[in-house]
Amino acid sequence: MRVMAEEILRIENLHVSVEGTLILKGVNLTIHRGEIHAIMGRNGAGKSTLANVVMGHPAYVITEGSIFYKGQPLEELAVFERARAGMFLSFQYPAVIPGVQVGTFLKKSVTSVRDEAPKGRAFRKELTSAMEQLSMDKSFLSRYVNDGFSGGEKKRLEILQMLLLKPHLALLDETDSGLDIDALRIVAKGINEVAVDSACLIITHYQRLLDLVKPDYVHAMINGTIVQTGGPELALELEDRGYDWLDVTA
Amino acid sequence: MTDEAQDVIGDYRYGFHDPENSTIRFDQGLSEQVVRDISELKNEPEWMTDIRVKAYRHFVERVMPEWGNCDLLNKIDFESITYFLRSSNKTETSWDDVPDDIKNTFNRLGIPEAEQKWLGGVTAQYESEAVYHSIREDLEEQGVIFLDMDTGMKQFPEIIKKYFGTVIPYSDNKFSALNTAVWSGGSFLYIPKGISVEMPVQAYFRINAKNMGQFERTLIIADEGSSVHYVEGCTAPSYSTDSLHSAVVELIAMEGAKIRYSTVQNWSSNVYNLVTKRAVAHKNATIEWVDGNIGSKLTMKYPSVLLKGEGAHAEVISVAYAGEGQHQDTGAKVHHLASNTTSNIISKSISKKGGRSSYRGLLQVTPKSTGCRSKIVCDALILDDYSRSDTYPTMEIGNSTADLEHEASVSKVSSDQLFYLMSRGFTEDAAMGLIVNGFFEPFTRELPMEYALELNKLLELEMEGSIG
Repeated sequence: MRVMAEEILRIENLHVSVEGTLILKGVNLTIHRGEIHAIMGRNGAGKSTLANVVMGHPAYVITEGSIFYKGQPLEELAVFERARAGMFLSFQYPAVIPGVQVGTFLKKSVTSVRDEAPKGRAFRKELTSAMEQLSMDKSFLSRYVNDGFSGGEKKRLEILQMLLLKPHLALLDETDSGLDIDALRIVAKGINEVAVDSACLIITHYQRLLDLVKPDYVHAMINGTIVQTGGPELALELEDRGYDWLDVTA
Repeated sequence: MTDEAQDVIGDYRYGFHDPENSTIRFDQGLSEQVVRDISELKNEPEWMTDIRVKAYRHFVERVMPEWGNCDLLNKIDFESITYFLRSSNKTETSWDDVPDDIKNTFNRLGIPEAEQKWLGGVTAQYESEAVYHSIREDLEEQGVIFLDMDTGMKQFPEIIKKYFGTVIPYSDNKFSALNTAVWSGGSFLYIPKGISVEMPVQAYFRINAKNMGQFERTLIIADEGSSVHYVEGCTAPSYSTDSLHSAVVELIAMEGAKIRYSTVQNWSSNVYNLVTKRAVAHKNATIEWVDGNIGSKLTMKYPSVLLKGEGAHAEVISVAYAGEGQHQDTGAKVHHLASNTTSNIISKSISKKGGRSSYRGLLQVTPKSTGCRSKIVCDALILDDYSRSDTYPTMEIGNSTADLEHEASVSKVSSDQLFYLMSRGFTEDAAMGLIVNGFFEPFTRELPMEYALELNKLLELEMEGSIG
């Protein structure tokens, strides 16, 4: 039974606007440790906004409602504090950081989040094993962060970071987009590994990732609210029927 | 260090100063007599005294440049500057013999340690003259000469007479005239034919006294087929009054020779840094200027290369960081005077907290020079809304076979980059530091590793408190 598991994320009546436009209009969602939730919806439904506002993107303004992480109101935490408290966002479009090598970036990031520099040899071992798992060549480490990366390479680097940072809450924003089936399998394996002991929120358009990462709950989001919640079967139904049958405004 | 000094220093790590123990100190101010006195004190031959005096007269007549930062230039009070200050009677070859205060300063700057680990030779200049110089025995045995310029004048006057002022005549500009008139210290480096000096040699320039003028003069000659990497560093205490650093650096690369000259200039923000650097590259020779400008109040410096021989190559990689109250007016000049010569110029600048960085470049291809190629890339990064970046490129292309590329960009750090890094646990300052280090990476990767690490640390410190 998972009912006794620790509450990681609780979102209450969340309203969020971007540049004055209201995007989220009363979202409620609770995720416990060990649970995988998927949010599905059309483009513009507010899925990415939800992931970004939880992580603390400054462009998203909460106009009403609250977010709690492990019972603590999130508004008190700066973005880097959220990361250090165990939150992680796998970006749909990760930023390019020219001139900064992946190896340097990973080491510094792990040092920041763990609040101590990882031991050289132990860290190299950890890194090598995570990269092997994701079928990433060592040469990745000397490339610049996301600079000239293909879509698939970017997503792999996101998952590599997730494996190293071992978050308690993983927000995965369209991690499956742009991946071929082999890459999708590799990425899914990484997500499944982290999901065992953390709360996981997967944002996606498509069913195909959910074949590989089994969600406990699937939520359909339309026009800034969650209109339907179900089990994995809801994802199949959405894939099959689309969203119109749930869209009261249509 | 006094409390007062501490207050002025702020974040600048090298702003400490020693008590002033000069053995000879000239009164402030400049006159023909001061120029003659410097020459006499150094026991120079008459020809050098004559050049100095001519240069002084030219300096007096020459008007201040009417470009660059005229407001700041016109605030220089030449009468308040000390033109010569000797703090140690001898240039020592063992650190043990250097006066304690001075030795401690260079220890704090990490020079003796670096010397032991990875340098082929060192000269350490303190105020007007070198207090220490050394060269590895194996290099000396190969005929490499690495001396401070004053010792060079005594031991090799005929070589210096042949080359002094041939690349940069005193009449080149007002500050080359000033330097020629009152020069003291600097490096004299000669690499014999065919010798490759594997370990870099380094000169370090330290100003300690208030209102000091430092006018080192450097001459580097790489004979046919030889190669060398010369590194210079510079720092000064932070004072509320201005100091002036005005160097002249002449490089000569004979046929097939290669000179790399790397600078990390980190003067305190009360120093005017007005330097003329120029190189001549003969047939198939290579000149590389790797020029980093982090400190100073106003820097005006445009490392230049005269590509005189066919097949010669120039490489100028420069970075400038302009923080609060700083103007970095830097760039590069390359003259393609012979056929099939090539050049590559990369300039990167960052402006922050109202700082201003300017790129000023000149690319010339003479009518008779065919088949020349040049690529220029200028990137500016502006970190806030009230800092400034300008570009003043000039091209004089006299031959239609030239193949030229010029790219320029001005960018800001995006909020997406910051958010991405912060979501990975970086504070806003640390994120900014990482982005800035990445931006300068094409420069830092060319430096010896020890310098690169130091520079990265320096920039990270500069980014602290950068975002309000």
